[in-house]
Amino acid sequence: MADRTNPELLLEVDNLHVSFSTKRGEVQAVRGVSFSLSKGETLAIVGESGCGKSVTAQSIMRLIAQPPGKYKEGSIRYKGKELTTLSEKEMQKLRGLEMGMIFQDPMTSLNPVITVGEQIREGLMRHQKISKADATKEAIEMLQLVGIADPEKRMKQHPHQFSGGMRQRLMIAMALVCKPDILIADEPTTALDVTIQAQIIDLFKEIQRKTGVAIIIITHDLGVVAQIADRICVMYAGKIAETGMSAAVFQQHQHPYTEGILKSVPRLDGDRDQPLIPVPGTPPNLMNPPEGCPFYYRCEYAMKVCKEHAPPESDLGDGHYVHCWLQDARAHSIQASRQHT
Amino acid sequence: MATRDIMGHHYNYLCSDATSTRQPLDVDDVGMSEQARENMMAHYNLDQPVIMQYFTYLTNAVTFNFGPSMVTRSREVNDMLISGFPASLQLGFVTLIFAVISGIILGVLAALRHNRMIDYATMFIAIIGISIPNFIQAMLFIQYISTQFDFFPTAQWGTWRHMILPALALSSGPMAIIARMTRSNMLEVLTEDYIRTAKAKGLSAWQIVVKHALRNALLPVITILGVLVASIFTGSFVVERIFAIPGVGQYFVDSITNRDYPMIMATTIIYSTIFIVMMFIVDVVYGIIDPRIQLHKKEE
Repeated sequence: MADRTNPELLLEVDNLHVSFSTKRGEVQAVRGVSFSLSKGETLAIVGESGCGKSVTAQSIMRLIAQPPGKYKEGSIRYKGKELTTLSEKEMQKLRGLEMGMIFQDPMTSLNPVITVGEQIREGLMRHQKISKADATKEAIEMLQLVGIADPEKRMKQHPHQFSGGMRQRLMIAMALVCKPDILIADEPTTALDVTIQAQIIDLFKEIQRKTGVAIIIITHDLGVVAQIADRICVMYAGKIAETGMSAAVFQQHQHPYTEGILKSVPRLDGDRDQPLIPVPGTPPNLMNPPEGCPFYYRCEYAMKVCKEHAPPESDLGDGHYVHCWLQDARAHSIQASRQHT
Repeated sequence: MATRDIMGHHYNYLCSDATSTRQPLDVDDVGMSEQARENMMAHYNLDQPVIMQYFTYLTNAVTFNFGPSMVTRSREVNDMLISGFPASLQLGFVTLIFAVISGIILGVLAALRHNRMIDYATMFIAIIGISIPNFIQAMLFIQYISTQFDFFPTAQWGTWRHMILPALALSSGPMAIIARMTRSNMLEVLTEDYIRTAKAKGLSAWQIVVKHALRNALLPVITILGVLVASIFTGSFVVERIFAIPGVGQYFVDSITNRDYPMIMATTIIYSTIFIVMMFIVDVVYGIIDPRIQLHKKEE
């Protein structure tokens, strides 16, 4: 997919398969996901609940508990280092230092009994041989960067003394304190109210401008994606449906699922009486995923081939890839004949 | 004496009325003169109204003066208690420390190895600790350990070796409770989001467990610690008796069988005091560990 010789390339996920064994069987949460991330880039992974986007993100940090989780196939390479088979000790050195992660709910993601300062400082002190005083100084600088006023005083406070938006800022400070190359944000704005969401998104942009960190943002909020993403991966049922530059996915999307989720977003300039257009149906059960295209049962353009064979990847140029049989040359005649009847 | 009303009789019974007819020591039987009786009544303040007698008793009790024992008449209750206290306190603290440390370690191990051998073994030990009363355990220890190994004395008090078996018998119950609580709290805390955050920071497993998980998991354990301390001290009465330890426990048990009321009152009050103080300490410690429940401080 991506240019292997690109020196700017940070992270490469190739054909990743992640499964969870449960009492009722194996859930194939991620089934062959590939993408890459270059320095300073923002990649958005979008998709509905349960499509495997969070599992993909947590797999990169190897935060999936094994068991029940398992990396079945594929590879995750960070600067050429294979992460799926790296020892836990090596992985600990990477976490926090080379990649930071922010989680969805800032209300529960901070330890309630430890001071905010200590929670920011401890990552630094773990990864760098640094005195407590120096770590404190850096933590204070970090708090200033994420826009927390009076950081010296705030350092000694506990998480319950911060509001939700402030806590998400703390999480960002915590993830960035060791100056990682990659910041993975797993639904960072979902738990926040809308005005705070905008502030946090602005903060991401500002931080990226100042530090040049590459961001992977996981979300189902297309508004957030439009504001921040350079590139977009649309995931469906553990697979990538469509990926490409932000503008291409928004304006020249080829996959029916992408079209569906874009249509389902309410429009400010639309008629107020017009009901929202949902994507009908529910995603397939990943315990027993369909053989062909997972979107087959919900797709209005579905063809016979979609049910039986998984669609190949079609290269539309400029990094725009689609997994859909509609891209096949033979599909046009079928769709055309359908429109006539 | 006979005209005294029921209430007054009751108070006198409690308030060291050495001349009451119902006492083991019945002065009337020894043919005391009227004058001697009056002198005696005056000496013990029994000529005063009941309410005043009670007040006198309370003032004395507050200053930990419980008067003479009714049975061992030559000795003050205080002297006896003070002579018994070192052994009881020693045993209590050894028990407490052992119960807390081993309980927490077992609980944490069980949680980290959830649904594996260590978990099952630990919980088996815990169930035994809870289900077999400590006095039965004490007797079993004497029967099967002391008599087999000279290393463990069957009774008496003196060296640290004397402490092992009684402390073990006393601590198994509290230890089991602490282990079970620690385990269930740890299991809950380990699934919290902030544990994942800590992991994402690259902290080691040890740092995550000790610094991030244990502190949160121990909050409820600390709450029950106050009650456990009380149960350890009260539980020690019988176990002290079994191991013939010269602690406060023997006086307490003896005083009940001998109807030595000043002694019963004194031991009860002292143990209540210990209980209240422990509860207070627990509350303070709780505030230190969990900043969310700190006493309200004025900002600036």
